[in-house]
Amino acid sequence: MDYFIELFFGGLTRGSIYALIALGYTMVYGIIGLINFAHGEIYMIGAFTSFIIATVLSIYGFPLLSIVIIAGLAAAVWSSAYGFTVEKLAYRPLRKAPRLAPLISAIGMSIFLQNYVLLAQTSDFLPFPELIPDFPFMEPVAHIVGSSDLVILVTTALVMIGLTFLIKFTKIGKAMRATAQDKTMAVLVGINVDRVISATFVIGSALAAIGGMLIASHIGQINFYIGFIAGIKAFTAAVLGGIGSIPGAVLGSLVLGLTESFATGYVSSDYEDVFAFSLLVLILIFKPSGLLGKAETKKV
Amino acid sequence: MFPVKELKRSALISLWFAFLTFPIMVIKVNPIERTVDWRWDNMFFIALGSFVISILAKVYLLRKERLSGRKKVIKVVNEPFVHRILREPRFLYPLCLAVLVFAVAFPYFFSTYQTNIMTTALMYVVLGLGLNIVVGVAGLLDLGYVAFYAVGAYSYALLNLHFGMGFWAVLPIGGLFAAFLGILLGFPVLRLRGDYLAIVTLGFGEIIRLILENWNDFSSGPSGIANIPRPSFFGMDMNFESGIIYIYYIVVALVIFTIFVVNRLQDSRLGRAWLALREDEIACQAMGIDKTKTKLIAFSLGAFWAGIVGVIFAAKTTFVNPASFTFLESAIILSIVVLGGMGSIVGVIFGALILILMPEYLRALSEYRMLAFGGILVVMMVFKPDGIISNVRRSYRFKKQSTISE
Amino acid sequence: MHFGLKKKLFVATVALGFAMAIPAAGIAGDTIKLGVAGAQSGDLASYGLPTVKAAELVVEQYNAKGGINGNKVELLIEDDVCKPEVATNTATKLVTDGVDVVLGHICSGATKAALPIYKEAGVIVMSPSATAVDLTKSGDYSNFFRTIAPDDAQAEAMVDFTIGTLGAKKIAVIHDKGDYGKGLAEIAEGLVKASGKAEVALFEGVTPGAVDYTAIVQKIKRTGADAVIFGGYHPEASKIVSMMKKKRMDIPFVSDDGVKDDTFIKVAGDNAEGVYASGPQDNSANPVAIAAIEAHKKAYNEDPGAFFENAYSAALALLNAIEKAGTTDSAAVVKALQTETVATPVGNIHFDAKGDAVGVGFVMYVVKDGKYVVVE
Repeated sequence: MDYFIELFFGGLTRGSIYALIALGYTMVYGIIGLINFAHGEIYMIGAFTSFIIATVLSIYGFPLLSIVIIAGLAAAVWSSAYGFTVEKLAYRPLRKAPRLAPLISAIGMSIFLQNYVLLAQTSDFLPFPELIPDFPFMEPVAHIVGSSDLVILVTTALVMIGLTFLIKFTKIGKAMRATAQDKTMAVLVGINVDRVISATFVIGSALAAIGGMLIASHIGQINFYIGFIAGIKAFTAAVLGGIGSIPGAVLGSLVLGLTESFATGYVSSDYEDVFAFSLLVLILIFKPSGLLGKAETKKV
Repeated sequence: MFPVKELKRSALISLWFAFLTFPIMVIKVNPIERTVDWRWDNMFFIALGSFVISILAKVYLLRKERLSGRKKVIKVVNEPFVHRILREPRFLYPLCLAVLVFAVAFPYFFSTYQTNIMTTALMYVVLGLGLNIVVGVAGLLDLGYVAFYAVGAYSYALLNLHFGMGFWAVLPIGGLFAAFLGILLGFPVLRLRGDYLAIVTLGFGEIIRLILENWNDFSSGPSGIANIPRPSFFGMDMNFESGIIYIYYIVVALVIFTIFVVNRLQDSRLGRAWLALREDEIACQAMGIDKTKTKLIAFSLGAFWAGIVGVIFAAKTTFVNPASFTFLESAIILSIVVLGGMGSIVGVIFGALILILMPEYLRALSEYRMLAFGGILVVMMVFKPDGIISNVRRSYRFKKQSTISE
Repeated sequence: MHFGLKKKLFVATVALGFAMAIPAAGIAGDTIKLGVAGAQSGDLASYGLPTVKAAELVVEQYNAKGGINGNKVELLIEDDVCKPEVATNTATKLVTDGVDVVLGHICSGATKAALPIYKEAGVIVMSPSATAVDLTKSGDYSNFFRTIAPDDAQAEAMVDFTIGTLGAKKIAVIHDKGDYGKGLAEIAEGLVKASGKAEVALFEGVTPGAVDYTAIVQKIKRTGADAVIFGGYHPEASKIVSMMKKKRMDIPFVSDDGVKDDTFIKVAGDNAEGVYASGPQDNSANPVAIAAIEAHKKAYNEDPGAFFENAYSAALALLNAIEKAGTTDSAAVVKALQTETVATPVGNIHFDAKGDAVGVGFVMYVVKDGKYVVVE
């Protein structure tokens, strides 16, 4: 039973990690129907920014708590700036282009950003400073749930609640929902669609940056390539949950994380990803629009 | 004159980029030695560079605006220049002949390396044309195309290893295996639409790669299969150089064959059905087209070409391992199709040649190569989202003499 | 209206024609051309770039003293991204450019793909890092040499140490699914089974780059293994090690040359303490090694990266062999490689008939106070 609980929490942490990235995918997709392949790279840049800032601050002897706060803010600010710029440069001009053009643009952006960080920084793996200390009260259960697992779980939950609140009750949230439903109508009722889309990118990127910081701190290392696999997995999770749906992204991520964890634990980690993708195929066969996705209405 | 307002805007843009790239470009930390390197000069270059680029972009846009303002009348959907030329027999035949002669003579005028690279590029032409059937013509977004390529490559490697089968025997078999797999994959997922299909095919590509990586007894795992023989020429052994040239001719022949088949297909009943499917599934069904069958044929035909090229890949590289069949490969083939112009055969050929030859000739830029590659993809899409040669469907319209004479 | 076949054919031909109009290069000279091939971009760049730097330093040193027998040495650097299909292009390019000897490739897979091309052209290849056993022992590649010991020697060192010195009875063998890591792990698994003194508790691969290794660590814990043997590179190793610490597991972690890299200690930090790794015998007192590292620090203002010493040695061995042979003819160079002993950062070496360096063996290291030290 212990083993089951261990795997369960491991899967939960992993799922929460995916969720923080998947939210950005799903928000962007929900609004402009674009698979933003560069999102994984935004996450990587967030992690890198927090790495750089945190290391600089720790060299200059700042206390840990202030490092965490400043590095987190910096990561969110700069990632958002990158998300905003990428949208403006690579996606906005393509809004009326054929469906696949923005996808290729996104793939190009992803390759570009990876190599940008590779050239500006380094190809080596770098040690990420430990931003989450071992809490003493976690010690008795540390072999099951560590302090960083706890922080990741709590953060994801908070982000989830905050995001739901934002979408449901704020003005920008309302505008987002309207834009997602019908762009033309949204314009007609006086919504600045361009601004809403920018806001979506900014929020999604900030979430990815926070995710990047937490995950890098949890794993303890970072390099320019980390965005790729995390991005693909998070994207899978978003689709699994029903792309475009925010609770769907979280549910999909948790399901994916747990599946991988149990597949490794009870079967073999050799085929961990095979299980993950097979699950995706199975779910999509029976529920073609994902777990919580709305079935597309066909217009004739 | 260039307006001052625009200069101010460019200055703002350059400030923004200086801010944007600040942590990554300026600060370099060494976490072990605990030192920080402030590279302020980088910030200066970024600011200057973005300033210049933004001005150039603005100039380009202004000029384009002015041009399009003047020529509004003709700006109806024009068939691309190349397509128009190619419809004229008096241009077509000589040019066709010239290129053919050039292709045949190529290995005699260029080095082995150039021939080798050209072979690779031509292989991607075939891959692009194959994927074009699925994505460009039938409109099914496939992100796992590389799986079929892998099936072809491993068919040859394994059939040769275990049964000693030769290249020519495996060539059709590899294609058929891939086509069969295409149908197998097609059945469950064809209910899915658009992006859901994309992610499932992506997953499928990964599954195939993971199986090759993990199932040692079957595929020798990640260490791969080495010493795969090159194609034989009536039992003759060839040295390395003539081997490369031989494969080159095989691929040239394959390209011609592929163009022939794909071209015939596009204008066939089936091709029309695919186009209809891409434009509107429901209307297509209402016209009495069997949706499932049509999609499955598209999938398996697309896969077939990938399988064939896979066999050639194994023969050319003489070594296969799963590392050659990653998602990035699928992304590149897809980029070829989209960049070239979806649905257009000439476009795909151009796309493949540009995308595959570019990194090779960008080698001079060595480390900036992939950066440039990514950047060019973005720029290309932004300025020409329809691809290099967009596939405008032939249409007939009444032309007034006076408007064309301009 | 019909779009005739011939027209389409023509279209294709035009497209071909445009793209083919690219000039060929290739100049013959009196210089000795040393090719350097390996991953210089992409996710494995950090394993290939140190080799380029090593080659640059050695060549600079040779040219400073007037080259080899009066001929300057010229570097031809080509990227293969560690991909077999790119490696064949790289190799063809180097051969076409008239390369005399090649330092590389970095990954075993790419090396295997490229070797037949060099063999055909009579070019000697020396890798600083390709450890696949069959590269030398199969006898397929007579033009191949390496300055690193093959996987089987390494696996033997690791397993002997784990069973003999650490006295492990149940061993979890983990790998990274790559050609290097998995190959090594398989040999280790076989050796453990054959020893009869210990059992393999678990044999599994982890996915490189996966965001989290909790599940596999929990699984190792559950099997009750008393030691872990890991085949793979340092990024995964440091993730596993820190996860083991996080999950309060305290069993020995024994790994390979891909982990015996200072970057591992830098990245894993305190968690690296007590990790065992096999590596080439200790060179820290070797004057050639000290000089090489100094030169690197001076030229690039940082510590050398992975396989730097092996690459430096390979470059020295290749150029030395050419100098001693007095020609770049491959038979003569092979002979010189096999007979002339050369002082390199990895020791005084020459090569056996199969291409493995004699005098390059493996010893076990342990991380102690942030440094790899030889296990007594």
